[in-house]
Amino acid sequence: MEYFLNEQQKTLKSLARRIAEERILPVRAELDEREEFPWGIMKDLAEADIFRIFIPEEYEGLGGGCFELCLAVEELSRVCSGVAVSYAASALGSFPLLEYGTEEQKQKYLPDIASGKRLAAFALTEPTAGSDASAIKTTAERVKGGYVINGTKQFITNGGEAEIYTVIALTDKARGARGASAFLVEKDTPGFSFGKKEKKMGIRASSTRELVFRNCLVPEENIIGKEGMGFIVTLRLLDRSRPGIGAQAVGLAQGALEAAVDYARKRIQFGHPIISLPVVQNMLADMATNVEAARALTYAVARTIDSGAKKFTEEAAMAKVFASDTAMKVATDAVQIFGGVGYMRDYPIEKMMRDAKITQIYEGSNEVLRSTIAFELRKRKARRE
Amino acid sequence: MGIQIDLDKCVGCGECLSSCPFGLLEIIAEKVYLREGCTFCGACQEACDYQAILIEAAAEAPAAGDSYRGVWVFAEQRNGKLKSVAYELLSRGRQLADTLGTELCVICFGHGINEAQQLIAYGADKVYLMDAPALSSNQDDLYTKGLVELIEKYKPEIVIAGATSLGRSFIPRVAAILKTGLTADCTGLEIDPETGLLLQTRPTFGGNIMATIICQTKRPQMSTVRPRVFKKGTPDGRRKGQVIRVDFNKQRITSRTKLLSFIDDIIEAVKLEDANIIVSGGRGVGKAENFQLLEELAGVMGAALGSSRPPVDDGWVPYSHQVGQTGKTVCPKLYIACGISGAVQHLAGMQTSDTIVAINNDPDAPIFEVASYGIVGDLFKVVPMLIKKLKND
Amino acid sequence: MNIVVCLKQVPGTTKVNIDPQTNTLVRQGIKNIVNPFDTYALEEGVRIKERYEGKVTAISMGPPQAEEALREVISTGADEAILLSDSAFAGADTLATSHTLARAINKLKQYDIIICGRQTIDGDTGQVGPELAEMLGIPFVAYVSKIEEIDNGYMRVKRMVEDGHEVIETPLPTVITVVKEINVPRLPSLRGLAKARSAVIPIWTAQELGVDKNMVGLSGSATRVIRVFFPQRVHHGEILQGDLESQANSLIDKLREAKIISGS
Repeated sequence: MEYFLNEQQKTLKSLARRIAEERILPVRAELDEREEFPWGIMKDLAEADIFRIFIPEEYEGLGGGCFELCLAVEELSRVCSGVAVSYAASALGSFPLLEYGTEEQKQKYLPDIASGKRLAAFALTEPTAGSDASAIKTTAERVKGGYVINGTKQFITNGGEAEIYTVIALTDKARGARGASAFLVEKDTPGFSFGKKEKKMGIRASSTRELVFRNCLVPEENIIGKEGMGFIVTLRLLDRSRPGIGAQAVGLAQGALEAAVDYARKRIQFGHPIISLPVVQNMLADMATNVEAARALTYAVARTIDSGAKKFTEEAAMAKVFASDTAMKVATDAVQIFGGVGYMRDYPIEKMMRDAKITQIYEGSNEVLRSTIAFELRKRKARRE
Repeated sequence: MGIQIDLDKCVGCGECLSSCPFGLLEIIAEKVYLREGCTFCGACQEACDYQAILIEAAAEAPAAGDSYRGVWVFAEQRNGKLKSVAYELLSRGRQLADTLGTELCVICFGHGINEAQQLIAYGADKVYLMDAPALSSNQDDLYTKGLVELIEKYKPEIVIAGATSLGRSFIPRVAAILKTGLTADCTGLEIDPETGLLLQTRPTFGGNIMATIICQTKRPQMSTVRPRVFKKGTPDGRRKGQVIRVDFNKQRITSRTKLLSFIDDIIEAVKLEDANIIVSGGRGVGKAENFQLLEELAGVMGAALGSSRPPVDDGWVPYSHQVGQTGKTVCPKLYIACGISGAVQHLAGMQTSDTIVAINNDPDAPIFEVASYGIVGDLFKVVPMLIKKLKND
Repeated sequence: MNIVVCLKQVPGTTKVNIDPQTNTLVRQGIKNIVNPFDTYALEEGVRIKERYEGKVTAISMGPPQAEEALREVISTGADEAILLSDSAFAGADTLATSHTLARAINKLKQYDIIICGRQTIDGDTGQVGPELAEMLGIPFVAYVSKIEEIDNGYMRVKRMVEDGHEVIETPLPTVITVVKEINVPRLPSLRGLAKARSAVIPIWTAQELGVDKNMVGLSGSATRVIRVFFPQRVHHGEILQGDLESQANSLIDKLREAKIISGS
């Protein structure tokens, strides 16, 4: 479908595709197999200015928004979601700074994130706090000149590889969710170390790791916003980032769809390519329709956010839920079309199916997000909107 | 010189389209249209029944100086030992000189060369030998100046040299100074019986097309020829010839570049170019570790290890093993291609091998078109079986 | 440091197919690309600039559409690009091409390092670099795989020869040709692409270069292509049949019969 991209957006999309096809495609199977962080590709993305697109021009970015980020993530994910998420996580880690950071903080960190010299990451999840983020136990105790952080973060994307972390910790345990604050913590800060590196089902090129804080002193000026704003920062951040997960899912589904069409044209059974079988045609038609619908919704939400919408919790959740469910379904159907070989590691399609699953789980599980959407519906009815 | 299309005469029949070997012609609005890249080969002119295409011949070239006589071969050496390409060129040079009824001279620069008599045995009438310690290194500048001086003095009509890294580096400079034509990487050299010109045939477009090239108005006519393209002749110890020692003039012939050191990075026991048997692997070998299997076969057969381009690009084997358009040209008695599909670029480097064996699981792989013997099958089964059989005997 | 990179737009050969019916090159769908070996030349030029400061000027001789190639190299780091284009340049061999390039480089006046790819993938001659060096009257080093250092008017490079590497020192200005081992060319950047879109690429014609028309293009060429044809491959091979063991036995027997390998 024609989405009327402007000149810059077209350039971005085609460059991201070129990087994906020339640099990621040849190594994606190996990265997956070895569970290796794609530093070489991060460098390519950096050199190509792809990290600049979500940073304003005054901090050496190119001033794009949520939509530009979606275009880049989609193209990368079309070839490898594991690489796409490593890139997107740096954007995620920088959003709190972009929205709530002080001028000094922005000047200090954003140019390096824009140039891709340093990666960022966001750390909220803990062993006891997944969907229930308010159950976090990590604390940040006010001391002279700063805060002392103690606790363990779990499943942190880009953990160990990123150099700039936005960490959510409780400054006031008594106040629960309202007692959380967001901090910038740099890698190599004394008392900050990395724990277990997770072995995952999919997106295996990306790094998912534990962050361990043992009496880690961060300077006062590293708090983002004010004390107690941690969850406001988090919720805003996730609303903004969910279309990105949508884009990741759309890209993955697009890649799986293209592979399935390609295979169905070439695979001869009973004397004909299997694409001539109505049952395969029906599957492909449904896959294509759902991918386009997911893309249209994701793009629409991203453009809404960029156009200055004040509140978009519900829409962002819808894009993420719909696109991720689509990705899972499309990837599963694509494996089905490939048949036996689709199940084998020699073909990229089983990887896509493994990679798809996480999009239904992280950045708000689809169950939690559906309840978020339902809650918004209830509120709206109550307010007679 | 140029090509003219007379649109009034063109009827848009399209007969000419398929005649252009470069596919440059197309019909737009019932008239023929020529895209960029024409080499003025004249094929379309012949194909046109309406005389709508006209190749304007070059104004008849002023006859190249008749004072130019003789065929010269530049004989490259390394550490005082002549490279085999020198002898290969001698055998073809001899034929060219005989056809023209002229003498064959060999030019040799270096230090401690004692093969002059052998060059005569292989067909040289004269050997111009410039021997000085300085000539064993810093070759580029010294060779360029030295060869230019000799050519200007003795005026040969043809100069051929090996398309080695040295030859491809300094021969073009000689041609540029003399403002004459040079044809690189020739695979065929003949004398046109009518004009007496050197017909130089070479692959182009990565070996997809062969072009025959002449140098009509400038002298000498110069070519480089890849090693292994021509076959070395048989020596005749009774042949007589003259060895002429040329002084190395240190004042005039100097080098601006300086060779600081040489790093030898050939690790294999048998050098690829000199091997009688080559076992070569391609993309089908799959990964670096699998090359051990080919090495084992090479070991059993006393062969050298070769490779097509993909394994080199992927870092499985060093570049020094690469056979093909951008690697080495080889011509062993036996070339065993394992898991090599046979892209034209690869074929360009090995298809003159005496016997070619192809092992590939794709029966449609182009390598089978040049293979003397083919086995359609899994190389990981075929190669171990060959090793077993060869070891048992 | 003033760096000049010479490059050529060529048909992307990966898709060069021969029409089996007409025996001609199929051009449909073949995109023109920057000669791959020249992309290594450009990348090395940009790296020298990044390491020692300076300016990278890309020069190409070709038809007007070669401008695309020059825009592409601006997106990957060239500061300026100049197209040498004139109907008088058409049909040039390496002698006429290097003469034209030399005139353009002389017109630039300032140059320290001139970098070319080792050869083009269409012509495959590899002669333009060395011929250019001679026409400019400066030193030349072929097949450079590494630039080790540039210091005090000298450059130390490593170059590939058949059996190893040579380390060579050359005074500047100099011409070098580079091999693919030297680097991995970068992809364009978004800022580079924006720059490329708006870049003004001057076109220098024969008149602007002040060249004698008899020295350029077909008239300035010493060589002429008189015939082109397709290599004929006659298939006279034999596909060995049978099971694995009998295939192996039959191959070994045949090779022994032909005395290619020894043994019982």
